[in-house]
Amino acid sequence: MTNGAPDMADALFLAISVLTIGSAIAALEMRSLVYGSIALMGTLGGVAGFYVMLDSPFVAMFQLAVYVGSIAVLILFTVMLVKRELIFKKIEDPKRKFAGIGLMLITILALGAIILDSGVKTITTDSDPVDFREIGGDFLTYYWPALILMAFILAGSVMGALVLARREDTIENEQ
Amino acid sequence: MSNELIEFVLVSIALLGIGIYGLAVKRNAIRMLFAVEIIVNAANLNLVAFARFMPHSGGQTLALFSIAIAAAEVAVGLALIIVAYRMYKNVDIADFRSLKG
Repeated sequence: MTNGAPDMADALFLAISVLTIGSAIAALEMRSLVYGSIALMGTLGGVAGFYVMLDSPFVAMFQLAVYVGSIAVLILFTVMLVKRELIFKKIEDPKRKFAGIGLMLITILALGAIILDSGVKTITTDSDPVDFREIGGDFLTYYWPALILMAFILAGSVMGALVLARREDTIENEQ
Repeated sequence: MSNELIEFVLVSIALLGIGIYGLAVKRNAIRMLFAVEIIVNAANLNLVAFARFMPHSGGQTLALFSIAIAAAEVAVGLALIIVAYRMYKNVDIADFRSLKG
């Protein structure tokens, strides 16, 4: 980071971090679950922006397709299946709220102090980013068993989700 | 590379803290799933950031696998929430007491 005049990358980084962290808080604190899930989309999109800044366009594209594209829509549909008054009802323990805030501050401060004290601060790089063609090549040569296993896991979990969420009383209702 | 590794790691720690807060305070099952997603994203951001500063394609590959696993986890998690909602007509995890056994 250059000291002195704020350059373009710093301003962009600051904007994306404010978007990411702000909408993460909004996703948890907004009264309506619908707006909460839209704010969660903001967080996921902000993380995709970080991936672009980290010269990883492949992961950013994957993040946009999987998270912002499918998971956020899946969550929105689940929220729509829930009763109207539950969407707007805030369910939380007031007593645990302060404990939660304390836990959050302890986590952030302790981990932040450890990280700032470690050698991570001095790590910089001048090397070129990893080419995404290399990742695609890795997937098809070295990681192909893992890729196939992943396909089976995804298919199995989607089937499991469908079996779980299936209504068993539909046939009885129709008769 | 104009930004340093420490900045990305600090953002990731902030996201982790927010996620832990959500898991500790919220009793709405859907909101707890949001918090889990935020924590998973913090972990992925860390992976990609470290992979960029120690140039090796392994970090990005692991992040891609992690995103795919997270998609499966959300599908199953939402299905479980729907089943529990159908049984208890509520998404408050304090109502899911008979799951205790």
